[in-house]
This record gives sequence, C-alpha cells and structure tokens, in this order.
Amino acid sequence: MSEHNNNILLTVNNLTLYFPVFKGIIFKKKIGEVKAVDGVSFSIASGETLGLVGESGCGKTSTGRAILQMDHPTSGEVIFEGADITKLNKYELRHLRKKMQLIFQDPFGSLDPRMTVRDIIGEPLLIHKLNGSKAEYREQIDHLMETVGLNPRMVDRYPHEFSGGQRQRIGIARALSVRPSLIICDEPVSALDVSIQAQIINLLEELQEKFNLTYLFIAHDLAVVRHISDRIAVMYLGEIVEFADRKDLYHSPQHPYTQALIAAVPIPDPLIEAERKHVLLSGEVPSPLNPPAGCKFHTRCPYVHDLCRKKTPQLNQVSDRGHRVACHLSAKAPDRNNP
Amino acid sequence: MSKLLEVKNLSTHFFTDDGLVKAVDNISYSLNEGETLGLVGESGCGKSVNALSLLRLIPNPPGKIVSGKVIFEDQNLLTLSEDDICRIRGNRMAMIFQEPMTSLNPVMTIGRQLMEPMEIHRQMTRGEIQERCLDLLKRVHIPEAPTRMNAYPHQFSGGMLQRAMIAMGLTCNPRLVIADEPTTALDVTIQAQLLELMKDLTREFGTALIIITHNLGIVARYADRVNVMYAGRIVEKSTAMDLYKNPRHPYTIGLMASVPRLDQDMKKKLKPIEGQPPDLIHLPSGCSFHPRCSYRVERCLNETPELKTVNENHEIACWVDVRT
Amino acid sequence: MSDETIDQLQPQRASRIGVWAVMKAILKHKVSCVGVVIIILLSLMAIFAPLIAPHDPNEQDLYHVLENPSRKHLLGTDDVGRDLLSRVIYGSRISLLVGVAATIFAAVIGVILGLIAGYKGGMVDMVIMRITDTFMCIPGLILLLVMAAALGPGLHNIIIAISLIGWTGFARIIRGQVLMVRELPYIEAANAAGASGFRIMFRHLLPNSLAPIIVAGSITIGGVIMLESAAAFLGLGVQPPTPSWGKALRIGYSYLEVVPLFSIAPGLMITLAILAFNFLGDGLRDALDPRLRGQGKKIE
Repeated sequence: MSEHNNNILLTVNNLTLYFPVFKGIIFKKKIGEVKAVDGVSFSIASGETLGLVGESGCGKTSTGRAILQMDHPTSGEVIFEGADITKLNKYELRHLRKKMQLIFQDPFGSLDPRMTVRDIIGEPLLIHKLNGSKAEYREQIDHLMETVGLNPRMVDRYPHEFSGGQRQRIGIARALSVRPSLIICDEPVSALDVSIQAQIINLLEELQEKFNLTYLFIAHDLAVVRHISDRIAVMYLGEIVEFADRKDLYHSPQHPYTQALIAAVPIPDPLIEAERKHVLLSGEVPSPLNPPAGCKFHTRCPYVHDLCRKKTPQLNQVSDRGHRVACHLSAKAPDRNNP
Repeated sequence: MSKLLEVKNLSTHFFTDDGLVKAVDNISYSLNEGETLGLVGESGCGKSVNALSLLRLIPNPPGKIVSGKVIFEDQNLLTLSEDDICRIRGNRMAMIFQEPMTSLNPVMTIGRQLMEPMEIHRQMTRGEIQERCLDLLKRVHIPEAPTRMNAYPHQFSGGMLQRAMIAMGLTCNPRLVIADEPTTALDVTIQAQLLELMKDLTREFGTALIIITHNLGIVARYADRVNVMYAGRIVEKSTAMDLYKNPRHPYTIGLMASVPRLDQDMKKKLKPIEGQPPDLIHLPSGCSFHPRCSYRVERCLNETPELKTVNENHEIACWVDVRT
Repeated sequence: MSDETIDQLQPQRASRIGVWAVMKAILKHKVSCVGVVIIILLSLMAIFAPLIAPHDPNEQDLYHVLENPSRKHLLGTDDVGRDLLSRVIYGSRISLLVGVAATIFAAVIGVILGLIAGYKGGMVDMVIMRITDTFMCIPGLILLLVMAAALGPGLHNIIIAISLIGWTGFARIIRGQVLMVRELPYIEAANAAGASGFRIMFRHLLPNSLAPIIVAGSITIGGVIMLESAAAFLGLGVQPPTPSWGKALRIGYSYLEVVPLFSIAPGLMITLAILAFNFLGDGLRDALDPRLRGQGKKIE
C-alpha cells in the first residue's frame, strides 16, 4: 500500500476507550474500568480496506464506535481528513457524520421496522438536507437501490418483507446515500447465510472500486477479513497485537495469538485439513475488567516465559512491509512461525 | 462396521397459518457405529428439524412427522411409545444444542443438571453418579470440577457452558450424539477447542456423531461423511474426501465457490450463488434450487430429482451431471 | 436458536405489526370481537342519537313521572317525566366523549413525558418519573374530586381533570418501551446518520413504542367511563339537564324500589361499555403480543 502512503484518510493515535464500572444501587462506587480500547494506533489510506479482527470482547467494535465518536474516546486522537475529530462539538460532529458511515451486523435490527425502504435509505439525505426537490429525492433513492442491486419498485415496502441479504443491501444503500469517504463495516456479513455472504462481500468490493471508498472492516471471521482487506490488524483485549498485510499475516504470522487464530479456522478441504497442525489455545479470554499484567496474552500463550508476565511488549516493526508485532518473542525466535 | 442409525423417507411438515412448510421432505440416510456425519446447509434447509425429528422433539402443533422410519439400534423410534422414547433420549441418543445459555436451567446448579440424565436412566447411587459427573467434568477440561459442580450457569463463560453441555450429552454413554451448531455462538479459538474435544471424546467412547453446521470448514476437518441439504431435501451425499474433491451438485459447487478461504492468496472475486434463499411455503416447482442454478435445464423446472448414485459412496439429486 | 425453521415461522423481533394482522388477530379472538361489536353499536347510538331516540331527552312531562315501562316509554320515565330510553341513548354521548377524549389527552401527556424521560435518561428521567410516582400515590377519585372542585363542574373540566389523573400509566409504559427500543441497532443507525434527538424520539422511538399504548388506551377508556360515572354519581361532571349515565344512576338509585329500571338501565350501559373496551384491550394485547407479531409475514 506504499503508493497510498501520502494519501492518508484516517489516522488513529493512541486511542483509548474506558468504560467505568460501578457497584451499588444507591451509592454508586466506581470499582474499576473496562479498557475496551487500550492504546490503539493505525492509519488508513484513501481507497484502502483495513481489516480489524479479533474475538468477542477484544474491542474491535468499540474501536469503530470510538472513531465515529459514538462513544467519546477517553484519550487519543482520531485524525480524519487532516483534523482531529475528537474535539468537535455536537453540531460539527453531526455535519461530519455524512463523511463517515456505518454498516451494521444485524440486518434485522438495524432497520426501523416501521419505516419504508424509501424512508430508511432517504433518512441520512433528509438529515443532511441533501434531498433536493421531490423528484430529485425519488431519483436519488431509485438510483441507490439499483446501485446495491435492489429493484427500485420495492421502494415502498417494509423491511420485514425482505430477506437477510436484501436487508443488508438496504443498510448499505443507506450508508452510501450521503456519499461518505469512510465506511466502517461492523461484522457486515456474519449474520448472513453462507451463500449470501459472498454476494454482500462482492457488492462491498464493487462499491469500493466505483466510489473510491475506504473501509474499516471489522469481523471475527479471519477468512472473510483476509479476503477483503489489504492490511489486517489483530486485536486482543483492547490492543493491537499484530499488524500485517494480508499475505504476511497468513504466511508468516508472528504473534502466537495470530497463529492460534489462523490454526483455529478450518479450511474447507479435508486434504489440507489432514495436514494442518491444530494448535489449540488453552483457557479462555480473561475478563477485560481485570486483564493480566505484562503481555495480556500470557495466560494463554504456549510460549510464555518470565518477561511476558512482567513487561508489556511494544508493537515493533519486524519487516519492511510494515509488519508489526507486539510480542517479546518475535524478535528472538523468527523461525517459530507457520502453523 | 455395523449400522447404528437408518433414516428412511423421513418427512416432517409444519402446518402454519400461512401454509404448509415441508421442513424435511423425504430424506433417507444411514450412519454406522462410531462414524461422524456432517449435515451441512443454510438456515431453513431443514437440518435442525431433521435432528429434532430423530428424537421426536418436534413441537406439535404446528409440526408433525408425517412419514418415514427412524431405525436406531434396530428399533423404529417413530412408533415407540412416549415412555420408550424417553428411555432413548439423553441415554442412547443425546443432543447438544447451539445456545448453552438458554439450554440450561438458570436456577439449577451445573452439578444437578449433569446428574439428572443418570438419575433418570441409570440405577446408580448418588455417590456413584457424583463420581462419574466429576470424572466427566475433568474429561471436558473444566478446571476445579468439585467446586464447579455447585456453580450456576451464569457463573460459567459461554465456552465453559458448552463444555458442560458436552459432558451432559456424554453422561449416559450414548451411542449417538447430535450436535446442532454446537460452536456457532462461540469464538473461533474456543470453537476449535470444543470441536477437538468432542472429536476426541467420541473417538474414545466409540460414539457416533452428527454435526449440524453451516460451516464447510468444520465438516472438512471433522466429518467422515457429509449430507448437503437444501430446502428440506438432501441434495448431495458423499464421503467428505470425495465431496470436497469432486462436488457434483450445483448447490454444493456454488457453496464452495462462495466461501472465502483462509488459504487463498490472491484477492480473487468470490462466486456467490445468485438469488435469495427459497421461501419454504412457496417452494419453486421441480428442483427447488433451479431458480438459483446456473446449470438449469428444462427438466429441472417440472420434475423433482431424486438421489441417484454417481459413483461409490457419492449420490446427488440433480438432473444434470456436473463434472468438475 | 436450535431450530431455524420454527424460528422463521415465528418471525423476527423487529417485524412490523401490520394493521391488517391486528385486525385478523382480533377477529380470531372471540371475546374481543364481542367487544368490537358492542363498541360499534354504542358509537352508532351516540352518533345517531337524535334519530334513534323516541323522545326529546330533555322534554319533561310532569304528569307522567316515575313510570314503569309502557308502550309510549319503553324504559319508563324519570323523576321529572323524561323518557328514560332517550336519556340512556343520549347518555352514551357523554360517556363515550369523556372516555375517548380524556384518554387521548392523558395518552398525549403521558407519551410525551415518558418519551422524554426514557430517551434523555439521567436527571430528567429521575424528575419526570418521581412526579409520575407522586401522581400515582394519590387515589384517583379523591384527586378528581379536588380538581373538579377547583376547576368547577362541566364537561370540559371533567375531561381535563380525568386526563390529569390518567397520564401516569401511559408515561410509565412508554418509558419502559423506550428504554428497550433505544438499545436496538436501528436507533444506533439513526444516531450514526446524524439524526437529532427530536427526530430519534418522534420518528423512531415513538412509532416503535406505541403498541402497548394502544392496548393500555383501550382499557383506560373503560376506566375513564367508570371514573366519569363515579364523578357524576357524586354530583360532579356534566351539568343538568345534559343526560349522563352516572347521573341517571344516582337519581334512579333513590327510586330503586319504585322504578328499578331508572337506575338499572344506565348501570347496565356503564357495565357494558367498560366490558366492551376491556374485551377489546384483551384482544389487542394478544394481537400485539410479540409471539404473534407479523402474522402473515412471508418466510424467507
């Protein structure tokens, strides 16, 4: 992605998002914080897709929400088109919403059941007063429906009359309506049937080409993320543990967690499966309320040693292609790769 | 290997206000002792209804098993009395559900729920039962098993609960375990742990396993044989090896081409199956898949294809023989 | 879910509740059908009272007071010789008008306050809900008496007084609904699109929280009719000579042994009206039950 480097659309610097945890009913006492996002930094070039992958509770969705300012970050910068948007007021923020849009996971819940498709797709246009005359408005919506592969004749129907895949298309049309430059896709296909997932992934790719969109693609399915992303960030307990382009991530994963994640995804081919090593992680993800000291992964890491329990590893560059890893071992044992 | 389960022409229909849903429509297959069968398909294809039908757990109304035979250990389960089928459920044949959170009783301790099937099906003293439960919890790698016995479901994480569910499924040493999307609600690394665990345990006890899933990868990794279902019917039936090397039904082919593969290096376009999943009340005529099929011929519109053998251990229900 | 097909037959949580589906469900619900029929008949009676009533309800005939049913007066006459049947027919106007109007006003007040409380949360919620609690603590009839005394008698004042009592239930219901709905992804989607608080409240939260209000509204109408009758019985409410069931019941009560129908007829009408609205409410509740939502929805 080096050719894009001078064309950065979004930079996230040391972003943190903490949620306070209270106890007690009448006298609320703060008993701690959930560090949902804990010092995340990355940048996305215009027209690029950055994949954010991790298991539930790793903070990938919170990262997306903090970028959109849906939850105000605890600290850190979000620089979008050259300006830090964490300092905007309510009205400036509302204005910004038309440049950053969100595609949701749940195609059933994310559409208001009492609105017609026209009203749903047109809502952002109305909010930002981009609707124009009545005829222009109609035309815009028809055009949007065609763009996402829906028949414009269905514009007066309600969401419940559509299947999951079609609803997701409606959600995409809504996001596209205000011509955003950045779209955050939060698990856009995980609620869909296998045969429909491919339709939506292809649609997202086509739209990206057509409108030069930039995606932050958040998902737990490594195969999907690898398919659509140029570069991938792997998150664990609020931190990025590995950052690599799609090729490097699969062929030379450096972080033990990434390795385990790759090994855990079965490949639909029994011949390949028979040959693969099934590296199993022991235990479960620790509570984000009380994360382990040192490297947060040390409780499950098969290669853990003393240093990991004490010192938090930094995200260090390990190759010239921007491959970065947060692991004490990665520098010492470069041969220990490929699951 | 001897035959453990044989399903013959099973049909389960749902009589709803909007019309008849043939959730399972005339399917037949068999399973040998100790074998692992993968049942693959998308939502609404009838794979779960099929599993529930085996144990006669279809809610009636609106559902009803309208025809067929389920022969399990030389008994037709569909003609057994309610008492007799209860002696099979959880004892000879157990089921593991997708949602461990809702499949367990929130106000009973894990231990009590674990012991329940044995109290029903086995003449054993409380001490013996307790001992066996502890042993099982250890087997499914639940740490501190004695204290965990007295814990309530909400004190367990999702992965731990599913482990407990697996232990519960295995308490009575069943001959067949049906796992309905056992890991779909869980994280990938936990998913891998559990599937590996299930595989090990069933291998150790010689238990047959039916894995119901939409994930082609899981089937490739764990199943010996595979049934692919679409709109209530089995459209392809084969050994796992043969199916992945040589998919013959257009739906299976489409499904495989539409899944992004982790080992795929080039940024290549996926080939999705066009169209929408079928409306089960108004199924297309002839072959239900024909509106979405790219190999369709005239005949597919009018006649429903039955399964036919294309080579040893490989059957498809298709008028066109797609050789790939 | 362990069984996708069944799940799809009992559709998704977000499915729309169509008017048609509700009608269908009510038609299936026998008791609420009875309610609907009674309500329609009562409404027709109220609207076409001048056409149906055999006499002028206010025409006094002092030669024929307190008569039992006869050919001329099918239900007899009251203490000043007015035709009882006509007065009962005209009385439906007051009861229905007060019932419907007071319920609508109460619902509007309650819905707006509940919506704001649920959406804004925090301090605003606290204050609004404590006011609601306070109102709920005061027995309705006593509050009504105080208010009627303060505002003076009359049709408008009784409607205002009853609405000021009745809004609390609506506020609580809608607040609960809003607390639930506002966590749904489509509210988030509206937020992400940059929608204002006003838009989210009235365009998204309100339409999706209304279903239980309709049920509560129907049952409240019954309650309001009862309250109005009680007020009239106690001498408040509309002024004579306007015919009212509650008033007729009170006066007839003194002559119970002479002309039983004088009080029984309006009493029965009050019971009938309240029952009818409660029946309808029951039917609506079942129709809007989430488990039955979206009957007739297509299966994907």
